[in-house]
Amino acid sequence: MTATENAIEARNTVKAFGQGTAAVRALDDVSVTIRKGEFFTLLGPSGCGKTTLLRLIAGFETPTSGQIWLDGQDITHLPPNKRPVNTVFQSYALFPHLTVAQNVGFALQMQGKPKAEVAQTAREMLALVKLEHLADRKITQMSGGQQQRVALARALAARPKVLLLDEPLSALDLKLRKEMQVELKRLQLETGITFVFVTHDQEEALTMSDRIGVMSNGKLQQIGSPRDIYTRPVNRFVASFIGETNFLPATLQGAAARLGSGDLVEVAGGEGRAGAVTVTVRPEQVRLVPPGEAGAMAATIRDWVYFGTDTHVHLTLADGAEVVARLQSNPTGEAGLSRGAPAGLRFAPGAAQVLGD
Amino acid sequence: MADRRFEPTRIPGFATVAVLAFVALYLPIFTLVAYAFNGGTSIAVWEGVSLHWFSKAWENEAVKSATLRSLTIASLAAIIATGCATLAALGTTRRRAFKGQTFIYVMINQPLMVPEIVTAVALLILFGMVKQWTGYQGLGYLVLAHSAFCIPFAYLPIRARLEGMDLSLETAAADLYANPWQTFRHVTLPLLAPGILAGAMLAFVISLDDVVITEFVKSGGQDTLPTYMLGQMRRAITPEVNAISTGLLGLTVILLTAFFLLTRKKA
Repeated sequence: MTATENAIEARNTVKAFGQGTAAVRALDDVSVTIRKGEFFTLLGPSGCGKTTLLRLIAGFETPTSGQIWLDGQDITHLPPNKRPVNTVFQSYALFPHLTVAQNVGFALQMQGKPKAEVAQTAREMLALVKLEHLADRKITQMSGGQQQRVALARALAARPKVLLLDEPLSALDLKLRKEMQVELKRLQLETGITFVFVTHDQEEALTMSDRIGVMSNGKLQQIGSPRDIYTRPVNRFVASFIGETNFLPATLQGAAARLGSGDLVEVAGGEGRAGAVTVTVRPEQVRLVPPGEAGAMAATIRDWVYFGTDTHVHLTLADGAEVVARLQSNPTGEAGLSRGAPAGLRFAPGAAQVLGD
Repeated sequence: MADRRFEPTRIPGFATVAVLAFVALYLPIFTLVAYAFNGGTSIAVWEGVSLHWFSKAWENEAVKSATLRSLTIASLAAIIATGCATLAALGTTRRRAFKGQTFIYVMINQPLMVPEIVTAVALLILFGMVKQWTGYQGLGYLVLAHSAFCIPFAYLPIRARLEGMDLSLETAAADLYANPWQTFRHVTLPLLAPGILAGAMLAFVISLDDVVITEFVKSGGQDTLPTYMLGQMRRAITPEVNAISTGLLGLTVILLTAFFLLTRKKA
């Protein structure tokens, strides 16, 4: 891959805060390549280093070691105002003393573009986020959702090579957040600009991203498509941070794994490994079958919880290991379920995954 | 009772004390203002309403020149002090906390702590030496002295405004291609403006009002309005002093009202 196909490259970046033994590594040797035109999401819990990585790309911080490359150029030590990268801030950081249009035109004005061009671009950008009728409003007169759109228009106005978004939807209510998710995706497709999106919301990450980088403790745990991340988590952290899942101790036997209950299941990800491992399988990939069916695991129903669209059934295997199965709810009630009743279990083909930890 | 919060307003006689305190604060001022409109020559015996003393003060050349001098010194001192205070406030807030920061605060606020009479005597001695060396006798000494003691009054509202300012706005400006100067010019300064204006007004009023340092520093014929009034009091006291005071009071009230309106409106 040549450098110019990559929008952003972080190379062995380390960011330490504090000095000496009290130093905390917010980023611990992170390397990641973000492709041009991609919607890339950095996903992780608060304090995982995702915002620090974003700030390094924006230029608000310089790495303790390592490099940041943009479009084939080392920008590690370039100040933020010289980077063709713009940010949508979590707090929006709109200028309260300027109008909506002046906010949106700010970047072009700073670049010394002629007044007519600044005004023209501001109008176009406001049209893009459907706020052209509010161009002369003061920022303080705008609702949270409108401010969000202004922040987006402002950051896109100078056509940056990369748009950074720092949890921009976290202050919005659920309905507005869903709308903005669709809106963001539309903007990204329309502008073709590379988006780097930071969030702790797994659903947001799964629905919008081309690729996701899952972070924890200052390290990138896994990079992949939403489907990869969800169905093939490499370790326990990724598996449990994104969605719900079952963890089962097992011993590898070739391409299969023997669970603690003695059942043998087909697994993915066990290549080149042996011995004791943890197998993970998503609840919606667990099938309930009549007890005693050939090849099914023997289980006992412990309890179930009705969630509306689906019902979570809690079961135990022969060795007492717990498994949760998620079944689509039946409008007339779950006839076959009763506490303490025996049941058969199957994992959907290819659903069981060996974890790397 | 034990479960109730301590309420000073429930102490017996609270209302009486409050009224007395307000009377003590405002009665002298009301009396002063009222007698400015006295038709007679006494500041104690009422002889009917008249604007005589206002027009007398207005026509008095000494009052005019003292007023002009006061306004000149106050304007210059306010500008210089506000400039210094703005830079000091930026220097003490727009960076990570550094060693000796508290010490710097104390240094800047020195005029609030050192007794004014000490500063006045010190300036008298120092400027006396400078006058001998240079022969310069102008208003510069007063402007310099006033600028110095006005700095903390200008500094405090500016610093308060800066500390209340969202730092991410400056980060956002840098992100949007503003170089450090543009960030200051287009973001920091406009947002700081109410604080700067408030600081300048406070400095202006403080300078306008000063007697002690001015009395010690001024050369012959450099009376400001307050020192002129002090001089008048030593001779015959007429309601003319009341009229001048009322004018000064009016100006101060206007400026301080503007100051409070500006500092109240926080972004």
